[in-house]
Amino acid sequence: MKILTGNDLKTGAVTWWDGQGWSLHVNDAVDVADQGAHLIAREEAAQNVFAAYVIDGEQTAEGVRPAHIKDRIRALGPTVRPDLTLKPADPAALNWVI
Amino acid sequence: MYKYDNYDQQMVDTRVEEFRDQVRRRLSGELSEEQFRPLRLQNGLYLQLHAYMLRVAVPYGTLSSAQMRLLGDIADKYDRGYGHFTTRQNIQYNWIKLEETPDLLADLAAVEMHAIQTSGNCIRNISSDQYAGAAADEIIDPRPYAELLRQWSSFHPEFLTLPRKFKIAVIASETDRAAMRLHDIGIKMVRNDAGEIGAQFYVGGGMGRTPMIGPMIREFVPLDQLITYSEACLRVYNRYGRRDNKYKARIKILVHELGKEEYTRQVEEEFQHLLSQGIEPPIAELERIKTYFVDPAYDASASDELDLSDPDFRLWVERNTEAHKQAGYVIATVSLKPVGGIPGDASADQIRLMADLARDYSFDELRVTHAQNIVFPHVRKADLYKVWQALNAAELGTPNLDTIGDIIACPGLDYCSLANARSIPVAQKISERFAAKQEEIGEMKLKISGCINACGHHHAGHIGILGVDRKGKENYQLLLGGSEGADTSLGQITGPGFDEDGIVNAVEKATEVYLDKREDGERFLDTYRRIGMAPFKEALYG
Amino acid sequence: MSDVQFRFRADEPVSDPAVTVDAFADQTNATAVRVEPGDDARELLPHLDRLRLIEVNFPAFTDGRGYSSARLLREAGFDGEIRAVGEVTVDMLSHMRRCGFDAFAPEQPLNPADAEAAFDRWADVYQATVDGRQPIWAKRHPA
Repeated sequence: MKILTGNDLKTGAVTWWDGQGWSLHVNDAVDVADQGAHLIAREEAAQNVFAAYVIDGEQTAEGVRPAHIKDRIRALGPTVRPDLTLKPADPAALNWVI
Repeated sequence: MYKYDNYDQQMVDTRVEEFRDQVRRRLSGELSEEQFRPLRLQNGLYLQLHAYMLRVAVPYGTLSSAQMRLLGDIADKYDRGYGHFTTRQNIQYNWIKLEETPDLLADLAAVEMHAIQTSGNCIRNISSDQYAGAAADEIIDPRPYAELLRQWSSFHPEFLTLPRKFKIAVIASETDRAAMRLHDIGIKMVRNDAGEIGAQFYVGGGMGRTPMIGPMIREFVPLDQLITYSEACLRVYNRYGRRDNKYKARIKILVHELGKEEYTRQVEEEFQHLLSQGIEPPIAELERIKTYFVDPAYDASASDELDLSDPDFRLWVERNTEAHKQAGYVIATVSLKPVGGIPGDASADQIRLMADLARDYSFDELRVTHAQNIVFPHVRKADLYKVWQALNAAELGTPNLDTIGDIIACPGLDYCSLANARSIPVAQKISERFAAKQEEIGEMKLKISGCINACGHHHAGHIGILGVDRKGKENYQLLLGGSEGADTSLGQITGPGFDEDGIVNAVEKATEVYLDKREDGERFLDTYRRIGMAPFKEALYG
Repeated sequence: MSDVQFRFRADEPVSDPAVTVDAFADQTNATAVRVEPGDDARELLPHLDRLRLIEVNFPAFTDGRGYSSARLLREAGFDGEIRAVGEVTVDMLSHMRRCGFDAFAPEQPLNPADAEAAFDRWADVYQATVDGRQPIWAKRHPA
């Protein structure tokens, strides 16, 4: 699947296109098929997101998994500070990234 | 250390208001991201992997305790309770909000700090020797010259859209503690035969994709021509540096492509012209700055005795302290590399503790080193034990300066969107694997970069590690024999790369070769230089 | 051709078309020239007395060669109009002024209030350039 990711302009937080808006959680990301560029242009113009780009991902049992480790780290947080990630209490989160 | 006068204060205050207005215009949509990006970069604000990252300048690595305390408070108030000290003596915060940045910068300005030009295609923070003003081997304190250059480079209207970033280092000793020749301009303060102080200029050094050692282009620039000469170097770069290819845009490429002689000729020609333009501050300005860099009020009766009966304290003293030029004092390095820890990170509480200790025991002054540690430059021996005890209780007492545990590592793929691989987990594993062998291995500068941009200075490591992307997976190359001192050399790649466990094993094999082959008194670097790459390659790849 | 939106000169603006640096050498009656980022502005030095207007182009605002071009022309004694053209943005204005630009013809007209704030932003300056402003170091040490 193709998913969109970017950052919130005011806070810098990593966000994912969920079909209607920008979520903090990668599992909310939807498949944008070939609409990525169009959505990015529209959403950046409206300042709902910036620095957005399209990435490959796959739907798995645990949710949406970005294809590249860099985006998985963006989705979760720094692997060396689990307490600062989106899943501080989840010991499996690190395995998911790697 | 330098204190702002009204002019300096007004400049940073104005800069805060300028940025506040730029943020307003960005949020209202008046400024596009493309137009805003260089403006926020020149205020230190990067878009990084998780959020905006702010890089606060620590000019030539020197801080007061009040400034350090504020850095700790900023970590709590605007970030997630910690900061990261970098290989250019700055501090970075990883979770800053754009809408809060102007207030953060205003808080910094209130203690004479800023994030001016810590990113962007401009002249960056000028770095220096972390032992400046305390070291026995310096000919003079390099920092007043760095301060003069800092003011000259701040908001310099001609040099804010250079082809690429520009990094300057200033030292004043034969021992190069600032990797001076790996900078765009490296300046070594020297004394000529007449006993006069002047500046020796090296231009075109750097790391990254194409590491180069900067050649000397001028043996002696008199002090009253320092700014004019620097201006000439920058103008030639601004006019002729490549702008067609981001990876060939540093001045090192220009110097390399023109050749040292031609670049020097162009600089000298520009310099002769600029001499007529009256752009040099009077020597009185340098003298004014120097008045802030006089020796602190040392206790002349301070005892030179040190009770080393506590073996842990003794180890720390032997490892982490340097002789001070003043009897009764030492230079103490606080390691930010606890075993298994994240190199260069410090919590807000740790930062405030270091601030308090500096206030009470180091004449209110600290330094940030480009090895990502903190220095208390002037500690009385009589106070050293209680300083160490306080540090130790806060996990700041690791006795590993310049050993295999004192790893320099960039933030890597855990934090940086440029990275190909994570660097911190590798540092943590190496730190743990070798904790017990640290003393046996001795002096070791091990440096890790998560990508070719080399922010971990891996080219200059006795052992260097470079993270790469190999078919979508993290992979690590091993380099040996780099050095950043007066004997600057660039590390050589051993061969094919390794995965994360593999690279730790590879480092172990390399140290085993060294321990097996070393002769009396040789450091790893010395043995490598003597026996060459072959025995290491043999051990690594069979 | 964009209009001059800001100008700090008392004389009449020159409306002659600006020729290229290459063409200028052969055109003895041209009084206006346009300097591109890749041009060597010093080629104009023997002919400054012929020129009333030098345009310096910024095709991309990130290409800063024009700042050096303007400044060295002023250093050579040119006192005609130096006009910034192309991708001129609000946040470049005060730096351009310091480098000797006295007229600004941005491709996209700028918000006048923002521009005025930008021109007036800095009460003091650290460097001596060609704009005649006394740098901080001179104020600290009055001669």
